[in-house]
Amino acid sequence: MGKYKTYLAGYAFLLPWLIGFFALTLGPIIASLYLSFTKYDLLTSPEWIGTKNYVSMFTDDYRLKDSIWVTMKYVFLSVPVRLSFALAIAMLLNQGLRLLNLYRTIYYIPSLLGGSVAISVLWKQVFDKEGVFNQGLAMVGIEGPAWISSPSYAIYSLIGLSVWQFGSVMIIFLAGLKQIPTELYEAATVDGAGKVRQFAKITMPLLTPVLFFNLTITLIQSFQTFTKAFIISGGSGGPINSTLLYSLYLYIKGFTFLDMGYASAMAWVLLFIIAIITGLLFLSSRYWVFYSDGGK
Amino acid sequence: MTIPKNVKNGLLHLLILALGALMLYPVLWLISSSFKPTTMIFTDKNLWPSSFTLEHYKSGWSGLRNIQFGNFFVNSIMLCVIAVFGVVLSSSMAAFAFARIDFPLKKLWFALMLGTIMLPGHVTLIPQYIIFHELDWVDTFLPLTVPKFFAEAFYVFLIVQFIRGIPKELDESAKIDGAGWFMLFFRIILPLCTPALVTAAIFTFLGTWDDFFGQLIYLSDIKKFTVPLGLRLFLDSSGNSNWGAVFAMSVLSIVPSLLIFFAGQRYFTQGIATSGLKG
Repeated sequence: MGKYKTYLAGYAFLLPWLIGFFALTLGPIIASLYLSFTKYDLLTSPEWIGTKNYVSMFTDDYRLKDSIWVTMKYVFLSVPVRLSFALAIAMLLNQGLRLLNLYRTIYYIPSLLGGSVAISVLWKQVFDKEGVFNQGLAMVGIEGPAWISSPSYAIYSLIGLSVWQFGSVMIIFLAGLKQIPTELYEAATVDGAGKVRQFAKITMPLLTPVLFFNLTITLIQSFQTFTKAFIISGGSGGPINSTLLYSLYLYIKGFTFLDMGYASAMAWVLLFIIAIITGLLFLSSRYWVFYSDGGK
Repeated sequence: MTIPKNVKNGLLHLLILALGALMLYPVLWLISSSFKPTTMIFTDKNLWPSSFTLEHYKSGWSGLRNIQFGNFFVNSIMLCVIAVFGVVLSSSMAAFAFARIDFPLKKLWFALMLGTIMLPGHVTLIPQYIIFHELDWVDTFLPLTVPKFFAEAFYVFLIVQFIRGIPKELDESAKIDGAGWFMLFFRIILPLCTPALVTAAIFTFLGTWDDFFGQLIYLSDIKKFTVPLGLRLFLDSSGNSNWGAVFAMSVLSIVPSLLIFFAGQRYFTQGIATSGLKG
C-alpha cells in the first residue's frame, strides 16, 4: 500500500470526528468567545458591547452572585462527602466477601438512576415537609424542616441527592483497592502495624492516584449539575435563588431571557473557574499523589 | 481478635445490607407508592401496599393533552437507538484511525480530542444552538441525533485503548491476504472490539435516555416530547393533584435503564472506570 493511500485512509476514518470537532466544538468555542462580547437575542444580529457582559456579571447582577454562592456551596459540600462515602463503602466491600457483585449492584443503582427526571421528581417528595426523609427523622425524635420550600434548606436536598449517587465513584475506588497487593498488609501486620496505621501508610498513599482521578471528575461534573436543580425548583432556582445552580441560571439567561451574549460570557467564566480549580489540583498533585512507578 | 471470624463476617454482611436497604429505600418507596390508592400514598407507611391498584398506571399512560405516555417512550427509544448507532460507528472509526493507521498530524488530533473530554458543554452550547436554529432544526430530532455521528471523545479513547490490546500481527496477515483498510476495520477489528463497543453503546443509551437538558432546549412540540420531558410536563400540570400517576410514570421511565444495566452488567465496571461517567 502506498504511503499517500495510507494517509488518505487515516483521514477517511477520522473524517466524522474531524467534522464534529471543527463544526460543533472548535468553531462554537471561538463563536461563544466572540458572542460573550456582544448583545445577542437570536433574532437581531449580535451587537458588539465590549466587556459589558463581564463587567455587569461582577457588578450589578445580584442573582449571579447568589448563583455562584449556591454553586460553590453545592460543589464544596457534596464532593468531599460523596467521595468519603464512596471510599468508606468501597473499603467495607473490599474484604473478600461473598456476594460482592450483589452489593456493588445495590450501591450502584442510585448512580444509575440519579440523573433522571424520575429521581428528581421522587426527591421532591422525599424531602417534602411530610416526606419520607422527615418521617425517618421523626422516628428518632427530630422534627425536620420543609426542605424543598425553605430557602435555607433547599440546597441540602440537592446535596443529599448528589451524595446519594456515590456508587460510580465507589466502583472506581473498589477497582483501585483491588490493585493494592495484599502482601503489603500481611507484612505490615507481621510488623505490628494496626488497622489505622495500615490505612494511613498503605491504603491512602497507594490510592491517591484514584482519589485524584475521582476528585477531578466529580468536581468538574458537579459544577455542571442541572437536572436536579431544574426539576426540584420547577425551573426557577427558588425559593429565593437558593437552588439556582450556575448551569440553571445560564439556561434561564440564555433560553428564557434569550440573552445569549450574556449566557456565553457566563459559560466562559465557568470554563475559567473549572480550569483554575483543575489547574490547582494538577499542580498540587505533585505533593500528594503518589505513583508507585515513579509517575510513569 | 476475640470475635470469631464467621461472626465478624456475618455482622459485616448485615451492616452492608442494612446500609444498602437504606440507599434503595427511596426507590422502593417510589415503586410501592405507584401501586397504592391515592389516599394511602402519604399515609400508609408500609413499604408493602396493603391494597394494590393499577389505577395510576392507567391514568398516567393515558397521558396528557391527547398524547399518550407511550408516545414519549417511542420518541425516547428512537433517539437512543439512533444515538447508539451513530456514536458506536463514528467513534470506532476514529479509534481505528488513531490506533492503527499512520498519518500526518495524528498526535495533534489525538491530543485535541483528549482535550475536549474535559471541556464543559456550556462553552459550545449557545453557538451550537444558533447553528441548529439557522438550519431550522430546532424542534426536530436532528440536533439530538446528527451530532452523534461525529464521534464522542470518551468512547474514541475507550475503543483506542481496546484496539491497542489486539495483536498487530492480525493486521499484517489480513493485509497479506489482500484486505484493505475498510475490510480490516469491519471484518477483523470491529468484531474483536465487541466488549468496548457494548460498553460505549450502554453508556450512550443511558446518557441519551436521561439527557434532559438537550431535549429541553431543542424540543418544544409535545408530539416530539421524550420521556424526561413528558414526565416534567406531567409533574407541572398534574403534580400535586395526581402524585400517583406521576410516580407510576416515573417508575416506567427508569425501567429501560435498569434493564440495560442488568443485561450488560459485566461491561459496567470497565466503562465507569474509563470514563468516570454517570451521576
